[in-house]
Amino acid sequence: MEITSTLFTAKAIYVGVIFAITLGVATYSTYFERVVAAFMQDRVGPDRAGPFGILQPLADAVKMFMKEDFIPSKSSKWLFIAGPCLSMLTALMTSAVVPFGDKLDLGDGLMLDLQGIDVNIGILWVFGIVSLGVYGVLIGGWASNNKFALIGAIRAASQNISYELAMGLSIIAILMLSGSLSTKNIVEVQQGGHWNILYQPLGFVIFIVCAFAECNRTPFDLPECETELIGGYHTEYSSMKLGFYLFSEYINMFISGAVMATLYFGGYDYPGFTFMLEKFGNNVAVLLGVGVLILKAIFFVFVFMWVRWTIPRFRYDQLMSLGWTGLIPLAMFNVILTGGVMLFTVNENGSNWITITASWTGVALMLVVTALYSQVQYKKKKLATA
Amino acid sequence: MKLSNKTKVLEQGEMTFAERIYLPAIIGGMGTTLKHFFSKKVTIRYPEEKRYLGPVFRGHHILKRDEEGAERCTACGLCAVACPAEAISMVAEERKKGEEHLYREEKYASVYEINMLRCIFCGLCEEACPKQAIYLQHDKMVPVFEDRSEVIFGKNKLVEKMDNRYLREGWK
Repeated sequence: MEITSTLFTAKAIYVGVIFAITLGVATYSTYFERVVAAFMQDRVGPDRAGPFGILQPLADAVKMFMKEDFIPSKSSKWLFIAGPCLSMLTALMTSAVVPFGDKLDLGDGLMLDLQGIDVNIGILWVFGIVSLGVYGVLIGGWASNNKFALIGAIRAASQNISYELAMGLSIIAILMLSGSLSTKNIVEVQQGGHWNILYQPLGFVIFIVCAFAECNRTPFDLPECETELIGGYHTEYSSMKLGFYLFSEYINMFISGAVMATLYFGGYDYPGFTFMLEKFGNNVAVLLGVGVLILKAIFFVFVFMWVRWTIPRFRYDQLMSLGWTGLIPLAMFNVILTGGVMLFTVNENGSNWITITASWTGVALMLVVTALYSQVQYKKKKLATA
Repeated sequence: MKLSNKTKVLEQGEMTFAERIYLPAIIGGMGTTLKHFFSKKVTIRYPEEKRYLGPVFRGHHILKRDEEGAERCTACGLCAVACPAEAISMVAEERKKGEEHLYREEKYASVYEINMLRCIFCGLCEEACPKQAIYLQHDKMVPVFEDRSEVIFGKNKLVEKMDNRYLREGWK
């Protein structure tokens, strides 16, 4: 009785802390987005609110709350309100299965698992929630009773569905390697430097591209393409409802960064873990792991911003052809390659260098073959026209 | 008809394999932005940090004193006449005995006012002045005013302070 209640309290505190970290990182992502944008454009960025402008998110929040909360008279009122709520809800639910750390020792033999809930289908939970996330956009865009909002919502829906396929296929290779759907197991398999990125270079590229599309970030931010659609699905939104949409995007970025770190970059694993374990004990080493995971996630948030301020938007037909004719065949090839490598190295127990070399060689071979093939096709076409 | 022979017909061939997989170009672009991320910024934090605007910038007016500290202005009114915005007004006064150390000529301006809302900083007053009394400083701007009562600058704000004399680069 006593033990369960202590564990319950500890878990509740953990959930609260993760919630706070997620919201805090998302809040400051809005600030860092502007700073990164400014730095990449040789400007100094926001610096008026507080030292170095660090109070800017607060000022933005005050501005958002103070604005008129407008609901168009011809809109479907309840769905209009439900849209941003659903977006926010789904954005926050994903972090439940991300393992933020290993087990924390609370004394008296109590071990707190630093993960919201270790379900055995963890990665499927992430996928389910992410697919649900598009409903927020879709409902909001549809309820607005506005052509541009509707087009934006439809774009978001078709884009997310298209890229979920490639994303799911790229995950399958991970599942083959770890043999489990549980995020905890996937991380544990990678402990000690066996990060999946070493075995899955192609899978990671596919996954990160799909993550960009799922988060509606540039170069795939067509649902809110302002040159074509005014504001896209949030054209009619104002005040904190708009704020919820924008905020959920930043939460999604952080969570997808954490998921990428979990799947491909060893989660809370870091070099020197055993050293820290021997020197400072379990708890310090584990908490450092939590910090490392959050740092990895923040690094991916930076990559999201970096890409946003580097490359322009895709055209919609380019987006679709990249998803369906580019990424899905690639992801299928990746599954076959992973299977082939596993079959090839099944007898090489413990020597992962061979596995790594085989994985990278496979990708390189694929690139060379495709390049040669396209060269041949190009020459054929030239001959035909000449 | 062609006006010049500079026209170039651009023929866009089919994209190469490297172009079609996007990644090399994207990584190159990200390298460019990362270089800019760490490069020196071209903008400044303006009110805290100020830039040197050059020796010919026309800023805050100043009524010069001569080497002994006497005001050069003789209230001839040529600056007020030259002023296209009619921003300058003054009241002339005759110099009394014992005031020779204060005013260089027999006549001086007891009131000299510039309306900074009207002033367009053209510098014509500086050109019109026969006594080299009024200048537009190159290194000092007129501060922001928050109230209409602060708009008209009198002699207290315009006359040169002896401990902080104004020197233009060419005069040194």
